[in-house]
Amino acid sequence: MAGKTLYDKIWDAHLVTQRDDGTALIYIDRQLIHEVTSPQAFEGLRLAGRQPWRADANLATPDHNIPTTREERSRGLEGIKDPISRIQVKTLDDNCREFGILELGMEDQRQGIVHVVGPEQGVTLPGMTIVCGDSHTSTHGALGALAHGIGTSEVEHVLATQCLLQRMMKNMLVNVNGRLNPGVTAKDIVLAVIGRIGTAGGTGYTIEFAGEAIRALSIEGRMTVCNMAIEAGARAGLVAVDDTTIDYLKGRPFAPRGQLWEQAVTAWRDLVSDSDARFDHVVELDAEAIEPQVTWGTSPEMVAPVSGRIPDPAQEPDPSRRGNMEQALKYMGLQPGTAIQDIKLDYIFIGSCTNSRIEDLREASKVVRGRKVADSIELAMVVPGSGLVKQQAEAEGLDRIFIEAGLQWREPGCSMCLAMNADQLPAGKHCASTSNRNFEGRQGFGGRTHLVSPAMAAAAAVTGHFVDIRQIAH
Amino acid sequence: MRKFDTVTGIVIPLDRANVDTDFIIPKQFLKSIKRTGFGPNLFDEHRYLDKGQPGADNSQRPLNPDFVLNQPRYQGGTILLARENFGCGSSREHAPWALDDYGIRVIIAPSYADIFFNNCFKNGLLPIVLDKKTVSRLFEEVATEEGYSLTVNLVSQTLTTPGGEDIAFDVDEYRKHCLLNGLDEIGVTLQDADRIREFESQWRSRSPWYFNEDASPRN
Repeated sequence: MAGKTLYDKIWDAHLVTQRDDGTALIYIDRQLIHEVTSPQAFEGLRLAGRQPWRADANLATPDHNIPTTREERSRGLEGIKDPISRIQVKTLDDNCREFGILELGMEDQRQGIVHVVGPEQGVTLPGMTIVCGDSHTSTHGALGALAHGIGTSEVEHVLATQCLLQRMMKNMLVNVNGRLNPGVTAKDIVLAVIGRIGTAGGTGYTIEFAGEAIRALSIEGRMTVCNMAIEAGARAGLVAVDDTTIDYLKGRPFAPRGQLWEQAVTAWRDLVSDSDARFDHVVELDAEAIEPQVTWGTSPEMVAPVSGRIPDPAQEPDPSRRGNMEQALKYMGLQPGTAIQDIKLDYIFIGSCTNSRIEDLREASKVVRGRKVADSIELAMVVPGSGLVKQQAEAEGLDRIFIEAGLQWREPGCSMCLAMNADQLPAGKHCASTSNRNFEGRQGFGGRTHLVSPAMAAAAAVTGHFVDIRQIAH
Repeated sequence: MRKFDTVTGIVIPLDRANVDTDFIIPKQFLKSIKRTGFGPNLFDEHRYLDKGQPGADNSQRPLNPDFVLNQPRYQGGTILLARENFGCGSSREHAPWALDDYGIRVIIAPSYADIFFNNCFKNGLLPIVLDKKTVSRLFEEVATEEGYSLTVNLVSQTLTTPGGEDIAFDVDEYRKHCLLNGLDEIGVTLQDADRIREFESQWRSRSPWYFNEDASPRN
């Protein structure tokens, strides 16, 4: 019998019951909750007279909708200017109080983007099943947890039953072999993967990321990679447990301690795919061949190396793809054949659940240290992923480096990644963004997004256009 | 949930691949704490020429005459014809809520993003997968014939064209059962409550570190 993949192992351990039609009830260890996709779920519980199955399996924090200026944040809930946003954040507070769910609220130092907070608090543990009403829940797979996004009806279902109805997905292995060149990061790996397999390439799969280059990444880097598994169509991304995982978790507030920790670590060491495990699809990438990546279109698969040019739709044989490319270039206001490094930027956004952790901020700060934001940049902002990331960055003096260079230093939240709050990219403006989606209107109505790594965004901030980070001396 | 049986309706062709859920319902409308009222903002950034805001009077906004939803021949349509990877991106269930609130009952496409596909069934919407060639043929037929309608029969799992041709489609047995009977899935799962409790207690003794009393999130 063939061995098991990491995904198979976690699935099997959580299987409550398998139905004849191929669906299964899977036990869920953790649910993370935020203000946007939960109000209707709590309302559903209330209407049906149901209580959470296990309140202590849930953790909530507001992130999508909250303001990031200190002025607004300093006044708590009352400080939120948009009345509809204020109601949504207040509704989360009220629901968590009513149903006995721990919330790291707006004024809690530990508040932040839910996918930054979970791992940081040790609420995310290897071998867990984790869900959240947010597609970027795939992030938590970096710690060897099976984690994926769900809809609001499923949020309610998990609250009420601690289970999710699922069909087993297929297994994909993405091997990133060899070593990355200096200046090339986790973000470039995942953009290169998406460029290779496309935004639907992972649909129906769980992707396990492996290989020397993945093993060499920190947990922060692995989170960046798993975060964007969904941008390749895969609901979940995974990285096997190793020393890096264990070292990251030790001593985190919600991680087990003492003897329980030792027992857990022993069990977690088995959270790797067996050497004879069978994958339905395998993709091989050479890390050394990966350059810093920049998206030029309106889908994450529309990506090019920084030394490249915007492709010409006329050269695309497939009519449907050609149409998509033409549409994208029209929206982006870009011409085929333009060198990536000639794309001029107006806005810079460093943040989001993809790239707002301490390592990301350190990388960006190294590039802007002692430099100034280019005159042509209208706004450059850094939004830390959580209150604790912000605190750590300030302890290291990173905030001063950013502020002196002319970037704004904000309060934690999702911010301009999806622009639900006031942080919006104006129509027609080009933004170098460390976020995850370059869809039409994503960062603001008519806004034009280019997805890049934190270092690349920082370099664009000081030069006003894309530059090859490998040519900028740190 | 509303029961689904047979739907006959005008087909609205949305000829674009990789339609994401931001496209279906932009973020500013996600601030609502209700499940209803999203219909007027379905495809908002393409349907109107200005930027939509929650609470605005949509009847006063300038329509984009080129967008399919605004063309007179597709008014009252209940079946959306789409291209591959429909519903990709964000997990927002507001996307199927907006489609449902507008009056869409069935979507036909060559493929869907997983989370969106799931979300449809939870809301009485039927997402049908047909091969690329058949979908392309339907696009052509819709373009040539004004008022082009299809009849979707979930029991027999067939689509019937105006010409009387039957096209078969697949649907997961359990989802079909839930749609036909308008079942509350939570209620169905809770019929297995004893089994869940039994699993939980075994899992707790096998992996006590996930149930750590001293360090578990508690209010």
